[in-house]
Amino acid sequence: MDYSQFLAMKQEIAILVVFLLVFLYDTFMPKSTQKGLPVFAAVLTLLATLGGFCSHCLGVDADTVAFAGMYETSPVIAAIKGILNVGVVIVLIQSIKWANGENMLMRRGEFYELLLVTLFGMYLMLSARHFLLFVIGLESASLPLAAMVALDKNRYESHEAAVKYILTAVFSSAIFMMGLSFVYGLTGSLYFENIYFAVSGQLSTLLIVAVAFVIAGIGFKLSLVPFHLWTADVYQGAPTSVTSYLSVISKGAAAFAFLVVMAQVFGSVYSQVWEWMLYALIILTITVGNLFAIRQRNMKRFLAFSSISQAGYIMLGVIAYNAMGVAALMYYILVYIFSNLAAFGVIGAIENATGRVSMDDYRGLYRTNPRLSFCMMLAMFSLAGIPPFAGFFSKFFIFTSAINQGSVAIYVLVLIALINTIVSLYYYLLVVKAMFISEDECVIPTFRSSFGERLGLWLTIAGIIGLGIVSFFYSSLLDLTSTGSLNMYFLG
Amino acid sequence: MEATIPVLILAIPLFMFVFLGLCGMKMTHKLAGILGTLGMGTVLVLSYYTAFTYFFSGAPEFINAAGERLQYMVFDQTWLQFTDKLAIKLGFFLDPISAMMLVVITTISFMVHLYSLGYMRDHHGVYEHGFQRFYAFLSLFSFSMLGLVVAPNIFQMYIFWELVGASSYLLIGFYYIKPSAVSASKKAFIVTRFADLGFLIGILTLSYYTGTFNFTELTSIPVEGLANVYQVNEGTAQGIRSIFENSAAPVFMGGSVLTWALVLIFMGGMGKSAMMPLHIWLPDAMEGPTPVSALIHAATMVVAGVYLVARLFPLYLMEETSLIIITVVGALTAFYAAMVACTQVDIKRVLAFSTISQIAFMMVSLGVARPEIHHGLGYMASMFHLFTHAMFKALLFLGAGALIHAIGSNDYTAMHGLRKHMPITHITFLIGCLAIAGIIPFSGFFSKDEILSSCMGYDWVAYIWMSLVAGMTAFYMFRLYYLIFWWKEHKVPEGHHAPHDQPWTMSLPLIILAAISCVAGFIPFGNLVTWDGHAYDFMEHFDWSVATVSLIVALLGIGLATVMYRKENSLPEKFRKALPALWTWSYHRFYWDELYMFITHKIIFNSVCRPLAWFDRHIIDGTMDSFATITNKASDAIKPLQSGQIQMYVWYYLIGALALGGITVLCLI
Repeated sequence: MDYSQFLAMKQEIAILVVFLLVFLYDTFMPKSTQKGLPVFAAVLTLLATLGGFCSHCLGVDADTVAFAGMYETSPVIAAIKGILNVGVVIVLIQSIKWANGENMLMRRGEFYELLLVTLFGMYLMLSARHFLLFVIGLESASLPLAAMVALDKNRYESHEAAVKYILTAVFSSAIFMMGLSFVYGLTGSLYFENIYFAVSGQLSTLLIVAVAFVIAGIGFKLSLVPFHLWTADVYQGAPTSVTSYLSVISKGAAAFAFLVVMAQVFGSVYSQVWEWMLYALIILTITVGNLFAIRQRNMKRFLAFSSISQAGYIMLGVIAYNAMGVAALMYYILVYIFSNLAAFGVIGAIENATGRVSMDDYRGLYRTNPRLSFCMMLAMFSLAGIPPFAGFFSKFFIFTSAINQGSVAIYVLVLIALINTIVSLYYYLLVVKAMFISEDECVIPTFRSSFGERLGLWLTIAGIIGLGIVSFFYSSLLDLTSTGSLNMYFLG
Repeated sequence: MEATIPVLILAIPLFMFVFLGLCGMKMTHKLAGILGTLGMGTVLVLSYYTAFTYFFSGAPEFINAAGERLQYMVFDQTWLQFTDKLAIKLGFFLDPISAMMLVVITTISFMVHLYSLGYMRDHHGVYEHGFQRFYAFLSLFSFSMLGLVVAPNIFQMYIFWELVGASSYLLIGFYYIKPSAVSASKKAFIVTRFADLGFLIGILTLSYYTGTFNFTELTSIPVEGLANVYQVNEGTAQGIRSIFENSAAPVFMGGSVLTWALVLIFMGGMGKSAMMPLHIWLPDAMEGPTPVSALIHAATMVVAGVYLVARLFPLYLMEETSLIIITVVGALTAFYAAMVACTQVDIKRVLAFSTISQIAFMMVSLGVARPEIHHGLGYMASMFHLFTHAMFKALLFLGAGALIHAIGSNDYTAMHGLRKHMPITHITFLIGCLAIAGIIPFSGFFSKDEILSSCMGYDWVAYIWMSLVAGMTAFYMFRLYYLIFWWKEHKVPEGHHAPHDQPWTMSLPLIILAAISCVAGFIPFGNLVTWDGHAYDFMEHFDWSVATVSLIVALLGIGLATVMYRKENSLPEKFRKALPALWTWSYHRFYWDELYMFITHKIIFNSVCRPLAWFDRHIIDGTMDSFATITNKASDAIKPLQSGQIQMYVWYYLIGALALGGITVLCLI
């Protein structure tokens, strides 16, 4: 066996090393030093991220297929993993204070180990070119999350959320496997490439059902409507750090994986089979997500529905089915990571200090905590897509890429998405209104957030402002995808 | 050329704006003012260096072997990529006029920064409220104006054009507790915004048909007499040319699309440069602090319209009609503003109308410029006048500011006889007046003479008309001068000091600008700025008869002013009695403001706004309200979906997956 193949997996190996070091630290370091674990994990992940960027800048990332065609990496995939890594670093920075709290005394290490394992699983999902590897990745990105959701042992809701999550996850896995077995029955192979060519041109009931089941399986992770029902309960019940991880990293990875699978496995039947399914799912997802978000009073639940409708927008990048769509999708997720983490950063800081998560508690927040309200406002503006913040540009690019696909149906779809942004503007501004305009006495006293929370917010705010105005980020992503290095057939 | 210095030229004022805006309140007034001034001083040095390198280094990227000045793109970054072809870029672009404008803007801006250190405090040395904010806004304005002139494409120019409008709005309304200042700032913003609507439509029309925003490509259309100096892709130039020269070119309401686009773009210029009938905002804009008037409403922003036309000049050359429109608008405005300036009482208003009149001179000069008339002298003369006018008009405004600062009033009746008390202001103001009147050897003589020469070459009516306006200019400026500095001085009330000259921070800019106004006429402008980049021998086209006549006309104007206003006498009163209607109309600025009030309040508000308001309240709001109601109802209706029961969740999941597959199967097979 050629052991140099492992070199292709350098990003996975880096995360594995981080995991092992964190594990060793947790197990063998004396109790007095345990408080350093969160910083240790954050720094190591940061190093892994920087290593990824260095190898990208040095240009050593090449298209590589390893392990008998089961594994593939390319500059685009490396960049996707890099984007996820940036998000993970911010989540880790933001959660330092929470992880060092009284509650987490005995479970601090578990949070980091489980998180890194799920990240490893997501990497496998992205790089897999064989469904066996993909399913391993999918499962290791799903099951540990249930344990993470249940980390807050003293809260009843945390348990409920974990149970709901694990049951739905198992069910969706079953549906997904069923779809895979249909595919195997049709084509006799689990290699993406073989399936791609085997299914092209022949339309059968079995194939359509298989595609629907695969979409449902990954749609669960993306919380596409109607596979989204677990989302709100889990987001609300889970500890805020876990929720933010779930809502950006897990969702981002699932979106990329969705793109990879749909393009590489079922790309040959795009216009015949799943383009229409996706139309229906996008419209449902955006609309239902928005309609539910309007009535939420709990901030975490509110962001859960907001993230559902954001997933619908992300899917526009898939349906665009061109190089610009891929770039716009990557950019959208990058921006979404920053905007959503800014919102969760504020929520987490307030929850850690006062334990309050209701939107009503945020009334008049501007007078007691002007900086936090300002960060929250920027996050809401960015999520709603108000220029000149990054969210505007990401929505703009993803709409443009979709429209470039050119059919009349896509114009209708984009129109519906646009109308939905108006609805979303309403509920995002509700938060701003509560913070700035409400005259009520604020129940949240003035407090100073911890260093990690502030650093995390600074980073995300810099991202919200900088990513949009500096054109470098989007144009370099576009360059990356336009060169066709992503081995997707539609990119030529 | 390295991109570092050009980037700094834009970045320093922007940084100063953000820095002073955010941290200004935490530092003392003085520190904020000095920091702002130092920042602008740095930009001044860098701009001088850039312009000097461009004009005099002789490097092959700036000037070719044939002695033609080239356009040089320092950097050009894509900012927003819409489609493969259409993108908005941000860049920095050097050519003769942008290099010249860098010098003009930074010089005036620096002088104003320095001057305001003294002006923006009262006689006891107490700084004005909002002093730091003032410097932050000045930096913002400088940034926007610099970005405007170096823009390599029309869209960037538009972005900065609007930024300039916004910062002008902020500065006019600086004294925001004064209702008149607030309404003046609104008026300026609304009028120029209205004009910019035309500008935007013009830009979009032009770019739609040419497929490009870039000036280099837009102006590369080879016209007869213009050598192919601009290094552009021959194919692109061919494409642009064919759009306009094609006999089947699109026509709209009798005019070709190019004419419409150019006239609409000129409309934006009319708004910013206060051409009639969009001039009404400029006199009111004098409500801002006087240094602001000097910077924005005399020297830099108001010439943006002239600059815009000059920038697109090769395009305007293709359409004779648009140039004729520019000439006519300019000529009418010049005459009108000179008439009004003769009777105003407020010294800043006189200067404001004189500015309008002088800018109209530049417009006329561009309008009559033709390659065949003295080899495009008008273009050069316009830019030359822009340069000299910026210097002496800033000088006059800053001088007026010194007077207002000393007296505490804008009204000349409160001044009189100040020449003994304020010698520095007196001498520098006199130099400014001589320069604007066009007396040799002050700078205004040279530039105005060239404008008149090119008018002469174009048409004798234009020549006589503009000479008349030049004579009136000399008259009203010296009327103002005598009324302020001569006549019998007022008695100083008990317990008050006599008015005296200002601190050095205010005097120094006056002296420097006066010195520039004395010598600027001798700058060999023809070698630096011409419409096609060729060096231009000025003496070859010099017309002694025109020069003599313009000098005589100016002296006549001054003589008349001397007779009427040198000492208090009954002549002005008699004159006023003899021509009561003319005087009243002029004093009331020909009732333009009243006309606007009538049109907007009586006609537009009643016939357009009321129906629109009804439509908005009932149809638009009604639609939005019902949209909101439906959304709320729908949201309520689907609430049971989120029951909280895991069995139901899984059930919906299964139904969803099966429906997704099932419906597709039914539809496809």
